[in-house]
Amino acid sequence: MSLAGVVGELRSGMTIGIGGWGSRRKPMALVRAILRSDLTDLTVVSYGGPDVGLLAAYGRVRRLVTGFVSLDSVPLEPHFRRARQEGTLELTEVDEGMLYWGLLAAANRLPFLPIRAGLGSDVLRVNPSLRTIRSPYEDGEELVAMPALRLDAALIHLNRADRYGNGQYLGPDPYFDDLFCQAATRRYLTCERLVDTKELLAGGPPQSLLVNRMMVDGVVETPRGAHFTSCVPDYDRDEAFQRAYAKAAGDEEAWSRFRAAYLEGDETEYQEAVIRASLT
Amino acid sequence: MDASRAEVCVVACAEAWRGDGEILASPMGIIPRLGAELARHTFAPDLLLSDGEAYLMAGDTVEGWLPYRAVFGVVAAGTRHVMMGASQLDRFGNQNISAVGDWARPRSQLLGVRGAPGNTVNHPTSYWVPRHSPRVFVERVDMVCGVGYDRAGGRFHEIRLVVTNLAVLDFDTPDRAMRLRSVHPGVSVSDVVAATGFPLAVPDGVPETRLPTAAELALIRDRLDRDARRDREVP
Repeated sequence: MSLAGVVGELRSGMTIGIGGWGSRRKPMALVRAILRSDLTDLTVVSYGGPDVGLLAAYGRVRRLVTGFVSLDSVPLEPHFRRARQEGTLELTEVDEGMLYWGLLAAANRLPFLPIRAGLGSDVLRVNPSLRTIRSPYEDGEELVAMPALRLDAALIHLNRADRYGNGQYLGPDPYFDDLFCQAATRRYLTCERLVDTKELLAGGPPQSLLVNRMMVDGVVETPRGAHFTSCVPDYDRDEAFQRAYAKAAGDEEAWSRFRAAYLEGDETEYQEAVIRASLT
Repeated sequence: MDASRAEVCVVACAEAWRGDGEILASPMGIIPRLGAELARHTFAPDLLLSDGEAYLMAGDTVEGWLPYRAVFGVVAAGTRHVMMGASQLDRFGNQNISAVGDWARPRSQLLGVRGAPGNTVNHPTSYWVPRHSPRVFVERVDMVCGVGYDRAGGRFHEIRLVVTNLAVLDFDTPDRAMRLRSVHPGVSVSDVVAATGFPLAVPDGVPETRLPTAAELALIRDRLDRDARRDREVP
């Protein structure tokens, strides 16, 4: 598939889950492809990083479901902050563990899963539709009934994949990418390098094969497709670029220059512009 | 060999994990991190520490794998003691790191609740505040992320300590309101009271926070923090 092909299968108004964590192994090439499209009114479910920031900056997000948005080495995401402070983005704010449980419930085709997280906190106040449930056993403990977070589509980025949708992560953390796929109706995987199936196991242990072809509907090879987030061991986060991104976000003129420099062309032009910028 | 304020804070943070045994210490911030490492090097050798990514580290050696999803398992099992930051903290230990102002349209959007709701109802939690001020220590937090003692925290809820650049605080009072436990050398009780935006329980004869031992100072300076990152957090 192509990036545009994936985006062509998405629709405005969909609920889209985005893999990775903060500013780590985000499917940024797909996010950039969404920015080039006219998709809008999205509900985004994410352990948020610059994926959320960019989509919010372009006004594509109606509702965000998350526990945080951060660039990790830059703690606060400037576009997300502005969207919240200007009231242009609706937020479903849950504990990180609740988000995990919501994906796990959806992956298991359960309506909800009980969890202790959330009790006593204002997560229940700001999400008035959240319910608690009492244990039917002797203990009678009250727990939060975290509803399944069903996704229309999941977008993830891994290190390697074959063309059938078998995907492999080579870094130390799978994040929740397999769960995002299992929670979704349509599943799209971008990868650093597309390889023959028999090369997968040569590249890492069997447990690095995080997703298999029944969990994935489309594969696109996008070298440096997680840039500027990290995609170890292929590359670390581009800290200098991330700082430039965060700085530009603070000022309207600087942001329009950043957009013009990086985001108005296609993915190839983006990657070429990044290389040019790193040489100067 | 006089200890700096930052070094006193490192030791005060370390003390939060004393007696915790073989559990995961999760420090957020430079000085809590140094505190946890110091504790493990000295009086709490059984503590586990992650590298902030997916490895459990025994010094420079990887001793285990702990990706994010496994951290939630540790949280639920209760075998963890986290020291989090706080943008706001109230007298019963409710913590806010999400947003300041009206949540519906915040004056200042911060990180989000992160794992604070789950942490505080599952295992011991302490807090680190590098700048003790009435902006942080407020009468009422705008968004309860970490659960305090005046709410239904449940059977696993415990807020152990609050360490700041001025003092150490705890909740060892009949109504579990915040209490001044010790003041750092060079800080007066009235300094702390003035920097706190709610009435603080102040017992008679507040002691001074203990000074680092010579061995602890040597560890901090020569081994754990040769670049003096601690001085950036508490100048």
